[in-house]
Amino acid sequence: MRRVVIVGYGMAGARLADELRRRDHDISITIIGSEPHAAYNRVLLSTVVAGTMTPESTRLHDEKWAAEHNIDLRLGYEVAEIDRASRTVTIESTRGASVLSESTEGPRVSVQYDALVLATGSTPWVPPAEGLVEDGRLAEGVVAFRTLDDCAEIEAKAHKGAPVVVLGGGLLGIEAARGLAGRGCLVTVVHPVGHLMERQLDPGAGGVLARTLGQLGIEFKLNSLAAKYLPGDGLILDDGTHVPAELVVVSAGVRAETSLAVKAGLEVDRGIVVDDALRTSDPRIHAIGDCAQHPGTVSGLVQPAWDQAAVLADRLTGANPAARYLGTSVVTRLKARDVDLAALGDVHTDVDCPDSEVLCFQEPSRGRYAKLVLRDDRVAGAIVLGAPDAAATITQFYDRGIPAPTDRLALLLGRALPAEAASPADLPSSAVICRCNTVSKGQIVSAWRSGAETLPQLAESTRATTGCGGCKDAVCGLLDWLGASQPASA
Amino acid sequence: MSVIDGQVAPGPGGLCQKGWTAGELLRHPGRLTTPLVHGRPASWDEALDFVASRIKEFEPDEVAVFGGGGLTNEKAYLLGKFARVALKTSQIDYNGRFCMSSAAAAGNKAFGLDRGMPFPLSDLKSADTVLLAGSNPAETMPPFLRHLEGTRLIVIDPRRTATAERATLHLQPAPGTDLALALGLLHTAVIEGVIDKEYISSRTSGFDDAWRVAAQWWPEHTERVTGVSAADQRAAVHMLAGRSYILTGRGTEQHASGTDNVSAWINLALALGLPGRVGSGYGCLTGQGNGQGGREHGQKADQLPGYRKLDDPVARQHIMDVWGVDWLPGPGRSAYELLTADDLRAMLVFGSNPVVSAPRASGVAERLKALDLLVVADFVMSETAAMADVVFPVTQWAEEDGTMTNLEGRIIRRRKALDPPAGVRSDLHLIHGLAARLGCAEKFLTEPKEVFEELRRASAGGPSDYSGVTYERLDAEQLHWPVPSVDHPGTPRLFLDRFAHPDGLARFVPVDHKGPAEPPDEEFPLQATTGRVLQHYQSGAQTRRIGELMKAVPEMYVEMHPDTASRAGLASGEPAHVVSRRGRVTATVRCVPSMRADAVFLPFHFPGDGRANLLTNPALDPTSRMPEFKVCAVRLEQVCDES
Repeated sequence: MRRVVIVGYGMAGARLADELRRRDHDISITIIGSEPHAAYNRVLLSTVVAGTMTPESTRLHDEKWAAEHNIDLRLGYEVAEIDRASRTVTIESTRGASVLSESTEGPRVSVQYDALVLATGSTPWVPPAEGLVEDGRLAEGVVAFRTLDDCAEIEAKAHKGAPVVVLGGGLLGIEAARGLAGRGCLVTVVHPVGHLMERQLDPGAGGVLARTLGQLGIEFKLNSLAAKYLPGDGLILDDGTHVPAELVVVSAGVRAETSLAVKAGLEVDRGIVVDDALRTSDPRIHAIGDCAQHPGTVSGLVQPAWDQAAVLADRLTGANPAARYLGTSVVTRLKARDVDLAALGDVHTDVDCPDSEVLCFQEPSRGRYAKLVLRDDRVAGAIVLGAPDAAATITQFYDRGIPAPTDRLALLLGRALPAEAASPADLPSSAVICRCNTVSKGQIVSAWRSGAETLPQLAESTRATTGCGGCKDAVCGLLDWLGASQPASA
Repeated sequence: MSVIDGQVAPGPGGLCQKGWTAGELLRHPGRLTTPLVHGRPASWDEALDFVASRIKEFEPDEVAVFGGGGLTNEKAYLLGKFARVALKTSQIDYNGRFCMSSAAAAGNKAFGLDRGMPFPLSDLKSADTVLLAGSNPAETMPPFLRHLEGTRLIVIDPRRTATAERATLHLQPAPGTDLALALGLLHTAVIEGVIDKEYISSRTSGFDDAWRVAAQWWPEHTERVTGVSAADQRAAVHMLAGRSYILTGRGTEQHASGTDNVSAWINLALALGLPGRVGSGYGCLTGQGNGQGGREHGQKADQLPGYRKLDDPVARQHIMDVWGVDWLPGPGRSAYELLTADDLRAMLVFGSNPVVSAPRASGVAERLKALDLLVVADFVMSETAAMADVVFPVTQWAEEDGTMTNLEGRIIRRRKALDPPAGVRSDLHLIHGLAARLGCAEKFLTEPKEVFEELRRASAGGPSDYSGVTYERLDAEQLHWPVPSVDHPGTPRLFLDRFAHPDGLARFVPVDHKGPAEPPDEEFPLQATTGRVLQHYQSGAQTRRIGELMKAVPEMYVEMHPDTASRAGLASGEPAHVVSRRGRVTATVRCVPSMRADAVFLPFHFPGDGRANLLTNPALDPTSRMPEFKVCAVRLEQVCDES
């Protein structure tokens, strides 16, 4: 029986275990997780900070899951080393290790693998400002926005009226800022670039987004770096400005967690390098999720991890040994109340670019901005802010590779709107008034001319209105119109 | 409705064009009035003798019975008994498998009992909001909309249907993504704080497991898969919080994941605290005239009368006692499996036209052609009847007594208004005639009222208990099952105190989205979905014979976005081929600007080359055995001029 050992019980590791078990009831699965509690859904942390979801609701599995699915789950363990020759990992307890180590070599255990999967995730990157880090840990009053424990700390300190600084105006930073503003905090976002979410937005969209968030009470320091953190007081920025803060939330990006891979001698660049089979430089060892580096992927999002888990499960169980991971097309979708933003594909093409069709619409006063980049008749990129229907529709065209509508503008509007109700006089004679009985305007007019001048009489002679009853208003409108036009036509 | 001088007169509700013109079929020149044996007119005795003698040549399980959801309760009951007692075959199923089976399976899982609507239809009038998932009553059942006047309507349909046009909110998911949308709405209901926690803890079990799946469907993720915006998902759950009903139809049920789809809608209803309370609930909208009663009394492969299970020893003993037999066959195969089984030699079809209505219809037609004996009972020459060795002309609605059970579980009397044409007999007579020749005449009564009396005894004590229902009571009062005794007032609303599981709780069923069984690809880049138009009913065997309806909708067509048409070199009004891995349909192009650019729609009422079911995918739901009628991969082709 194949033994799969998964290092890391986060979203990628948990998903892989689910996908493996769904395909194969017998394959041996061991998961090694360093945190003492069950895996949770990191994507939902911003809703925990916003206060609309409890930490408990974010858990991916309950306590019975491992036993019910015959999974050897080792919580509170870390991998000390990987022995590639003997295909074993040595794991050791992360809690109470000192107590246990008094009794011989108890907490160190060896685990054999046929396939090892590194799903070690990533760690927050902390900007090099003085005082943010003390003795290798974040200083008092500084929190990353990464774990459930972080959320608990943020919740404890983010009381109404508290000044809070969010370091980083990327996707997660803005989600955190929006959640905190919703709790009544006085939020300032400090961002090193000239506009927000510069990876996903062009300057125009970034400007409209900042304006919209500004109306929700969030302030911004753009083109600014934190220089110094003063506990209990706030931040000094690189231009000398002082920003008060009882709490600093760090959301300045993540770095792939690669230390184990480096130690094992695997090829590592920004992340652990993998091929389309999600193999590292040792074909027995795989990597998925934030710790992995695949050319078709950007890190820090859950969709690539899920896609990779499905492919790897196909391969490891033999359900589809030829499965390949060819990258994930990313659609960035901000999860923030009252701010509807989607960004996808190539958004940095200018409106006057000769080899693309680019449409742009701006209405900053209402928080709307839309940009559409088309190439070969297909959606190559888009930013849609403040137009939720268009965001959903354009995403479908992008993901499914559907040729864009001939009417490009309709795509920016996002929705086929129902036709305006025409006045009875304007309808053609063949227009069907009563769908249930296929009664046209012409038939109603003839029936009226033959003496059916009231609704019951018309119903009796044409059956109009006798089905669902939905055309009653239209038929009454026709009767009024016929009545009013009578003298003229007589 | 009633018939006065051969003319239809509406009841207190309303009638659409199908109802108004239904009288035309009673005296239609195409009406069958004599049995046919190999196409030649024969007497009833000759035809019955022939069929009985052929049946005797086969082993019991080589003979199958295929019933219909339009048959009266009496006929459906007697047909199930006929298969198991006279033919001694396990091979019986019916076209309701293509209709209600997913909703029935999910209802049983969640509530421990399946009654389409566990509340009276008239309750809908008091609702704030009604959500219709995959239902288009403006086409299929227009008078139903009278019950929705004044309520806010949420319609979930990939197409902007006539019903969607009337909706306060129309959510337009990509074909085959209903389950993802239902999961997204459950997730959104949780984060928007509109779930009913008190109800979840006191009246249900299993929420945590269902949530762990739904937790992975946050609105923005759901949006990406379904195309329904996160904003619309939020709007929908806020509309649903309160006095609301969630109703499902075939659009969400006719999938290889149909049971799971319905479970997901029920999970949403349970999280919102809707079922088992006055003024809110979950229900499904039945598709055929007797879609509810037809699934309760034993023409389903695994069922005995009273909605009993055929594999339950207690149920078997009860029915054997009522029927006076000491043996019953076990469960048989489901509809599509039956229609394509290569170990069958004979099939008796009642009230169904599977060569038009079954998925991958060309394969079904081939298989039926290969049988040694195909017998069809119908009142017009349907496409299936036209293939049959023997055809029996039977009575229709206004010519017979009986009962039907409607979508709210209410038993309705059908009263005979006219004598049938000479040569036409009731299905009950046909069953009796065959049973007599197979040596058990006395077990098969022919008077509807007598059969109903027996059905009462057979259903007594079962989930759908009719033992307290009599024809006389039905003349005087409205009775919803169960009616366990003659002094019982019936049960208009189920589950008010407890659900039908032993612990009294409703169950969340954890289900996840898998997507269509046949995703689009380069060769077949579009998704086809099938459905009804107002003027036609089911396979069209009846409605295609009515001039007025044919004038309104005369021929097969395919709806698509104008861009989709022009990209395929097609234009409105011109013929096109729609091609799937299973077949090719010829249809006239209709350009509809509200269609998705990657989907086409085909009505399923037309025969021959226009059969939408030549295309459909027979992938079956693992629980309900429902085929995936509602989504398959296709491409469009121009029709080349042969000349």
